[in-house]
Amino acid sequence: MSNNNSTARQPRQGLDLGRLLLEGRAFFALIAIIVIFSLLSPVYFTTSNLLTMSSHVAIFGLLSIGMLLVILTGGIDLSVGSTLGLAGVFAGFLMQGVSFEVFGVVVYPPVWVVIILTCALGALIGAVNGVLVAFFKVPAFVATLGMLYVARGVALLMTDGLTYNNLGGDPALGNTGFDWLGFNRLFGIPMGVLILAAVAILCMLALNRTPFGRWVYSTGGNDRAAELSGVPVKRVKVAVYVLSGVCAALAGLVLSSQLTSAGPTAGTTYELTAIAGVVIGGAALTGGRGNVRGTLLGAFVIGFLSDGLVIIGVSAYWQTVFTGTVIVLAVLLNSIQYSARKTKQAPSPSASPQAVTNSS
Amino acid sequence: MSTDQSQGVATRSCTDEGQIGEAILSARQIAKSFGNVHALKTVNFDIHRGQVTTLFGENGAGKSTLMKILSGVIQPSSGEILLEGDPVHFASTTEAQHRGISIIHQELSLAPNLNVRDNIFMGRELVGAMGVDFAEEERQTRLLMEDLDEPIDPLTPVEDLRLGQQQIVEIARALSTQSRILIMDEPTSALSASEVEVLFRVINDLKRRGVSIVYISHHLEEALQITDHAVVLRDGSMTAYAPRQDIDLEWIVRHMVGEGFDLGSPPEGYALGEVALSLQEICVPDPTIAERYLVDHLSLEVRAGEIVCIYGLMGAGRTELLESVAGRLPISGGQIFLEGQNVSRLSIAQRIEQGLVLVPEDRQRDGLVQTMPVGQNLSLASIGDFTRGLFTSMSREAQVIEDSIRSVHIKTDGGDAEIGSLSGGNQQKVVIGKMMATQPKVVMLDEPSRGIDIGAKAEVFKLLADNARRHSLAVLYSTSEVGECLSIAHRVLVMSRGRLVAEFGADVTKEQIMAASGEAVAA
Repeated sequence: MSNNNSTARQPRQGLDLGRLLLEGRAFFALIAIIVIFSLLSPVYFTTSNLLTMSSHVAIFGLLSIGMLLVILTGGIDLSVGSTLGLAGVFAGFLMQGVSFEVFGVVVYPPVWVVIILTCALGALIGAVNGVLVAFFKVPAFVATLGMLYVARGVALLMTDGLTYNNLGGDPALGNTGFDWLGFNRLFGIPMGVLILAAVAILCMLALNRTPFGRWVYSTGGNDRAAELSGVPVKRVKVAVYVLSGVCAALAGLVLSSQLTSAGPTAGTTYELTAIAGVVIGGAALTGGRGNVRGTLLGAFVIGFLSDGLVIIGVSAYWQTVFTGTVIVLAVLLNSIQYSARKTKQAPSPSASPQAVTNSS
Repeated sequence: MSTDQSQGVATRSCTDEGQIGEAILSARQIAKSFGNVHALKTVNFDIHRGQVTTLFGENGAGKSTLMKILSGVIQPSSGEILLEGDPVHFASTTEAQHRGISIIHQELSLAPNLNVRDNIFMGRELVGAMGVDFAEEERQTRLLMEDLDEPIDPLTPVEDLRLGQQQIVEIARALSTQSRILIMDEPTSALSASEVEVLFRVINDLKRRGVSIVYISHHLEEALQITDHAVVLRDGSMTAYAPRQDIDLEWIVRHMVGEGFDLGSPPEGYALGEVALSLQEICVPDPTIAERYLVDHLSLEVRAGEIVCIYGLMGAGRTELLESVAGRLPISGGQIFLEGQNVSRLSIAQRIEQGLVLVPEDRQRDGLVQTMPVGQNLSLASIGDFTRGLFTSMSREAQVIEDSIRSVHIKTDGGDAEIGSLSGGNQQKVVIGKMMATQPKVVMLDEPSRGIDIGAKAEVFKLLADNARRHSLAVLYSTSEVGECLSIAHRVLVMSRGRLVAEFGADVTKEQIMAASGEAVAA
């Protein structure tokens, strides 16, 4: 059926090292970081340190995965850092007890209710972003930039700029267990990391195995073509912002649980770290290209790098310089990879007549 | 628009001395290979001063490679180019431009946000003592426009111009750099008939001034009107080179495809079914002008198994009609019935589910997701059919993809191939295959043959005819090439200014169709 091309075909050149390095760059970067810091510091490569670093990564990882979904559709979500902060404050507010003055009662919701309500808040913030972008055609950058300010402002208003410190709950009120999210371990692994793993697996399945995933990729690749193929483009766009908001709320819960306090300024500039994770993971900011595996690697690269620099005692100023350099380098490699793909398109190599396998 | 009139004496002052008709640019034994692929094999021809030389050939025949060599984008592997008898070697387009060779690409390279004057002097602004000398630029632009007999104000933003006028601006820019040879790639593909006329008048005018034109077009009849010489390429070889008086349409096609070609005939030997698609008084308002309709109270019916062709010029409202029926454009009045059921209020996705699909006109913009491989493009519209519960069945998807590749004859390495690795014709088949995979009852195709070669065209039409016969598919396609009306269609409808102005059976002639649409334009 295929391959009656009249032009001569070139055989595929064997596995080329440069290409391998380019495509697996996030992975190799992570290995390099671990090796280098292990040589520089004896404590770096110990189970306890790796777990500690991983629970830091969990925060960025959750934000990055939500961000990935948005970026795959060709959008961007700048509000995740503020959403994280607001979610933490909101959870803290609920833990302090909600007083209904009309009835003269103070309600102390149990922790699971707090978690659900906080996630709902994240979803609501995302829904506002999504509706602005999909239905009112506000550019994603502007809509979510506005939300960045609004969410942060609300968090500051709720606390008057102060921090909720007492998140432990009271056994008498039946709302203990909030620290469970940040401190508890299952099989020796911090809960935050487990939550990240669960979210990552769910997203991977959603992206690779469900129509929704295909819709996300096609919306980012060419939304006009997707729409004419029957893809509900607008609903897909709203959905990714909602999911990003939920991821940010989860990250907010994990962070405030780890710190056992919720401050209104938590998560400032985290949206940029999240974007960096996605980009280092090989996703294209123009949409349509990227995956969860790469994004996770990207989040680990950033987390392990900055923690490593702390451990070997490099000044915080230098950390910023290093992180910035890594990000630019990653984007540079992205454009090399995608432009190589474009020039390769001419007469396609490979002579295997038919290889209808599916991967994404 | 006869071609002989301009071959006589130059009526205006020529920018170049010398006799019209002599070879200005000659290709001698030009060959180009990319690795093992021989894109061009020993091509020999002359471009004559003040005449039009047309390159004919299917997609992939080597036209663009040849054009790129002439304009300095790439260098030939062997052979030489003689400019007025001297061998020349262009290392870049700037160098070629310096020697008077300009190229006007299919996708115009104008900045839409700037005005005509700024576009013409883009990159080589006239700088005076007080910065850019806008007054002088404007004066020169005005002169150029007068020369071309096109009253375009130099201060009009380019985005406000019609496509045909934009092309004229591009020609003016080439002339302002003293170009003696203009290469035009598919200049008429997006123009209306009247704009084509203007373009041809400009070309004839340029010829009289001694400018030589290299012309590339898929539109054979149109190109024959304007050309003085024909170069025909097939599979990288030059198969023929002859002056206009020695050739006709059949001669070109014979040399292009190597054999007689046939776009098919209406499928026969079966009874048409019930009415599958019925449009009643469809209206699509013009977004720019109130009280005007792009589609004006239009009604038509297509029966199961029937193939109907809508012929119309650019701007007749064909695209708007088909897009509104598919659900992309809202209608302001009228109703759409699919097998008797009113679908006017359904979303695009719901209409696809009901069996009403559209293959859009512009496959790059509306048809393909370039970031996805061939297979995922093919399964995009039908993905719900092989999803059980939450998850998509990968094995069933692979099966659907494989079936699609086979049933629409896509030449590809498989479902994992990059969409960009396919030729235009095969990309078009992917878009058609994607919609066919939803097992539609009615398929609408907007200019299904746009930008694909004759071989692929014939295959696409054969595919539609087969589906109409075997699966009682109702087919409604639009075209702006008369030749395509006379192929598989049982009925030909002529559309003009948002209305149907004529209806013919399969025995219609080209002249009847053109007369019907021509009258309508004059009205």
